[in-house]
Amino acid sequence: MLSDYNFIGVFVAVACIFPFVALGLAWLLRPKKPNPVKTATYECGQETIGDTWVQFRAQYYIFALVFVVFDIEAVFLFPWAVAYGQLGLWALAEAFLFLGILTVGLVYAWRKDALRWQ
Amino acid sequence: MNVTQVIFIILSAVTLIGALGVVVSRNLFYAAIFLVLSFVGVAGYYILLEAEFLAMIQILVYVGAISILIIFAIMVSRRFMSPKYKARNEQWVWALVAAAALFAVLVVILIQVDWPIAQASVPDGTLVELGKALVDPGQFLLVFEVASVLLLVALVGAVIIARER
Amino acid sequence: MDFILNFWVELGAWAQDVLFGWGLPAWAVNLISDIVVVLVLVVVGIMAVLIFTPMERKVIARMQDRPGPNRVWPYGLLQALADAIKMLTKEDITPTNADRALHMLAPLIVAIPALLVYAVLPWGPNIIGKDLNVGILFIVAIAALHVIAIIIAGWGSNNKYSLLSAFRVVNQLLAYEIPMVFCLLSVILFTKTMSTQGIVEAQTIPYFIVMPVAGMIFLICAMAEANRSPVDLIEADSEMVAGYMIEYSGMKFAMFFIAEYVNMFAAAIVISTVFLGGYKFFGLENLAPVLTPVIVFMKAVFVIFVMLWFRATFPRVRFDHLVGMAWKFFVPLAMVNLLLSALVVKIPVANARVEPWVQGGVMLVGNLIIIAVTVLILSRSARKLEDAPALKRIVAVER
Repeated sequence: MLSDYNFIGVFVAVACIFPFVALGLAWLLRPKKPNPVKTATYECGQETIGDTWVQFRAQYYIFALVFVVFDIEAVFLFPWAVAYGQLGLWALAEAFLFLGILTVGLVYAWRKDALRWQ
Repeated sequence: MNVTQVIFIILSAVTLIGALGVVVSRNLFYAAIFLVLSFVGVAGYYILLEAEFLAMIQILVYVGAISILIIFAIMVSRRFMSPKYKARNEQWVWALVAAAALFAVLVVILIQVDWPIAQASVPDGTLVELGKALVDPGQFLLVFEVASVLLLVALVGAVIIARER
Repeated sequence: MDFILNFWVELGAWAQDVLFGWGLPAWAVNLISDIVVVLVLVVVGIMAVLIFTPMERKVIARMQDRPGPNRVWPYGLLQALADAIKMLTKEDITPTNADRALHMLAPLIVAIPALLVYAVLPWGPNIIGKDLNVGILFIVAIAALHVIAIIIAGWGSNNKYSLLSAFRVVNQLLAYEIPMVFCLLSVILFTKTMSTQGIVEAQTIPYFIVMPVAGMIFLICAMAEANRSPVDLIEADSEMVAGYMIEYSGMKFAMFFIAEYVNMFAAAIVISTVFLGGYKFFGLENLAPVLTPVIVFMKAVFVIFVMLWFRATFPRVRFDHLVGMAWKFFVPLAMVNLLLSALVVKIPVANARVEPWVQGGVMLVGNLIIIAVTVLILSRSARKLEDAPALKRIVAVER
């Protein structure tokens, strides 16, 4: 029902205002005395070594990609699960096929050490 | 000017500001954040169209997975890691001309065509109907199974390409 | 007497009558009642932080045989208030080269998804923010917004440890979202609806008894999503010194902190709704519907106690073990459970008149078989690991 989402809209508005209220209150109450030592970047008490960049490893990207694939698989399974009560046994077989194909993918990624974090 | 139209205008403003931010911002990371904003705006559109399942899927997949993938892809290249890196685009004049021409064509089409508006209200059990249609051999079953093969191809391809490093 | 028994519903109806009595049009009445309900839910969420922060510290302290905080009021129960005053008055330090806009954006958006979950949680048969048709999917989708906030926090701090930790946290959150979704799918197969109220109504037997495997996996995944021990490698003090929250101080840090505890309480209520029967308690919700919020709260407190128990008991899991466990153990297990659920739900097709507990019973037996097979496989591979030559040398030297 579309009118249900009025509530969600109001909730989003209030939830967006809440951090502003809290941070505004803090801004009123706290001291403001910046100096260069305080605002330096934290590196466990030492001076920072080198620029702020991190060697990005491909492993992060692989995990995110595998997540996307399984996320979309779950997206396809949601309507199937809700309508499951009214479907016959063939729906079960079709979903098994769907899950089976993606399980092959998971096993392949597993065997090729793509899921191992070095 | 009822409430739905006001909400539509607000959502359009949010989405368009997001889209404009993606194109105009100099910092690549800002562009990704503006993209997230437009995704949220599009999810709002889906809710206005009473396709709540699609709205949730939009947030779950686009904001939750694909924008993260885009941000990770931005970070792969070492130059872009500095937050102060500014992207440059020398052909912006021609891009502007092409975009303006496309905009003019779309506006003309929108005004000239007589869009048929469905008078029936959206039925209540759309999710169940979607589920039934997905496994119906006469409707979307083939698409359902081919989608899984497509996802398998994407997964295997990603693993192969990443393993070559 | 009837008024007392149905107190919350009667209160809502009376308030709406008052508003109508003032001559307001229908849309204004709806708007005002919406705003009041939203404010109540937000206050409940924030109260959760104030109650569970000292509770956590006291419970874990007692489990470790020490008193815990006991200065603020008897038994240290107002500790959270003292913490709140401290955070409000601390100076906010923005690092020199940090991106000011992003640094300020992250704490603003991190608390929003945590609070938004409260809109669809059922506190009683008719006491719910709004019973969305896709309630459970709403909860899962909102969890995805949390991930973006973390990346923005990590990036905007101009600190390489912050960025590194943000990547790792995002990987952890992504890895543990999939088994969570598969467990929810197994439950939806039984309830045939995604609305949270429908899930509670469909539970003649609590689903934790019907499918304990899904319940345990969901509990562990919910703990991982909330970055709690034993999977809090990122924000543990001795590890990465608060991870992506390194450069935040004062109220901005408090926002992350609040988001984590609000998330934890919401996750506990979701677990009690989906797996422990929600507001049902052996028929008490029919006799005295006024007590249903209390029942929900008690169940949530029990789940949070179990989470704190996990935190006090288990050592931290190393990061590669963490993601390996998610992808290689929980995902296949959740998929097996999903397939088993799909099979079991179709049982009455063969036999037209089947009691609901037969399905539950068969599912429970199936789950026990899954647990037995899993333990068998794990013990056999552990024995193979013990026989590995490198490990034998280490064990021999130690003897």
